[in-house]
Amino acid sequence: MKFLPLIWSTLWRKKFRTILTLLSIVIAFLLFGVLETVDYAFAHPSQGQSGADKLVTINKYSITLSLPFSHTQQIRALPGVAEVTWLTWFGAYYKESKNFVFALPIDTDSYFKVYNDEFIINHDQMLAFRNTRSGMLVNSALMTKYGWKVGDKLPLHSTIWTQKNSSLDWTFDIVGTFDAKDPLQASQYSTTAFFHYELFDEGRSFGKGTIGWLNERISDPLDSAAMSSKIDALFANSPNETKTQPAKEFALAFIKQLGDIGFILHAILGAVFFTLLFLTGNTMMQSVRERTPDLAVLKTLGFSNKLVLAMVIAESLLMCVIAALLGLALSYLTLPIIKQGLQGVELSPRALLPGIGVAVLLALIVGLPPALRAMRLNIVDALADRH
Amino acid sequence: MTEAIVALRNVTKVYQRGKQNIEVLAGLSLDILKGEFVALMGPSGSGKTTLLNLIGGLDTPTSGEITVAGQRLDQLKSGALSEWRANHVGFVFQFYNLMPMLSAQRNVELPLLLTNLSAAQRKINALAALTLVGIADRAKHKPNELSGGQAQRVAIARALVADPSILVCDEPTGDLDRKSADEVLRLLQILSRDHGKTVVMVTHDPKAAEFAGRQLHMDKGSLLEAARVAA
Repeated sequence: MKFLPLIWSTLWRKKFRTILTLLSIVIAFLLFGVLETVDYAFAHPSQGQSGADKLVTINKYSITLSLPFSHTQQIRALPGVAEVTWLTWFGAYYKESKNFVFALPIDTDSYFKVYNDEFIINHDQMLAFRNTRSGMLVNSALMTKYGWKVGDKLPLHSTIWTQKNSSLDWTFDIVGTFDAKDPLQASQYSTTAFFHYELFDEGRSFGKGTIGWLNERISDPLDSAAMSSKIDALFANSPNETKTQPAKEFALAFIKQLGDIGFILHAILGAVFFTLLFLTGNTMMQSVRERTPDLAVLKTLGFSNKLVLAMVIAESLLMCVIAALLGLALSYLTLPIIKQGLQGVELSPRALLPGIGVAVLLALIVGLPPALRAMRLNIVDALADRH
Repeated sequence: MTEAIVALRNVTKVYQRGKQNIEVLAGLSLDILKGEFVALMGPSGSGKTTLLNLIGGLDTPTSGEITVAGQRLDQLKSGALSEWRANHVGFVFQFYNLMPMLSAQRNVELPLLLTNLSAAQRKINALAALTLVGIADRAKHKPNELSGGQAQRVAIARALVADPSILVCDEPTGDLDRKSADEVLRLLQILSRDHGKTVVMVTHDPKAAEFAGRQLHMDKGSLLEAARVAA
């Protein structure tokens, strides 16, 4: 510890250069924190109780292929299945394509049986929804975002479903709002609006009698794997085979369709750290080279070769770890923002922990060559400027 | 009779430059007594600095024996030599070689980092050394805020702070004006005469050498004469 002030002073010998180097490491670790957190979220789906009893059944070959409505009845009859509901991707936006609205046609009875007790809905508004054919329940956050009010007529543009008059524009009546009971799920539903499946199925010009996917609530959450297999077995070798999986895994698999997220994230990080290695390594090397006379003096005063080696490595560690902590702290602060962009994905600060290890590794890699150079420095040659 | 604190016997030093072997010291023998102020003079390339480096334990001889403060330096390995330097030698360089980012006081404290002294005790000792060289009022200043003479006094304080038995000075006045040089030399004289420090100083300047108690002249790796003059 007594050498710390000396190491700290040495680090700030060239303030501007140190600040630039620190900034580059901070930014690299900010990126590391963000990407690792996202990767961690994909690799470790939440095992919490919320949603553990839910399954999702899609067409075995693609979620874009529909399933016959009759699957609903067959699955409902399966022992262990408490309730089944069905949904279809509506693909809607409000006025402009950037204003995405996750409008979901639902079968009101079965949907709220599957997701029993998961929403806060005013009793009168729920009643109004049930009694209004074109009614829509909109998430409170979405209402606030666009300044909508209960009683408003809401025009939504579907990117897929034409009505019988060939129009892609659908109009709904906002009859109420809803919120998720679990605050952790609030962001997941922040763009969601429910409307009647009946209206959707009767109004669309094609695909009648089909459904996009099914959601099941099972009696025993611990039995999800076996129940998934049983459901898929019902439709094995049929023209409409299914793939059933726990709801959480389905959400992540859906996002993963974008590509191999882990590979992409690690490739980006690899490129960033490879560049950082050269940048920081070069800076450290240059810094030690400039300090050759100072290092020679320290050795003259009796600082051993090993002590000089340790001091240069400590300097590298100090710089990398401080910058990494700053970068990781910044990435921690961005978690709520990322969570908004990746709805349904639960982010954990635990993903940031490996960052400390990476910082230490980086410090050793960039610090060791100049440290070895400093250790091997011959005092007589250095003082005679022959280093 | 005063004991020899430095004793060299048949010391040779050969450097290899490319394929060429260059003999810098050729079988040199020398005794320096405790508390002596010795000036080493001679033309460039005569081996003065090499001899100084050997006495200070910065380098090892190719052959021969070197005993300083009772320790055979030619038998010590790098680690032990570092430890020996920390305990027995203080160095003063031509260009002061102070750490630019540290204050005068922190520069003087550097050798004490290798001791078990507490931070408070290190500070007290550093201030005492700065007081001894007459520059305590500049303790908080950084080297670039000091004149050449002041910086060299700080360097001398750094050399003294661990209470070494011998001070090794390589052209300590080479970068100073006459007035500052004389002040530094008088300080070295006092340290030798009143504090019993052995001072070995390399210089090109005959006036500087006059401050020493003994002048040694070197040429081509050998001592030419040893003239005792009044301090």
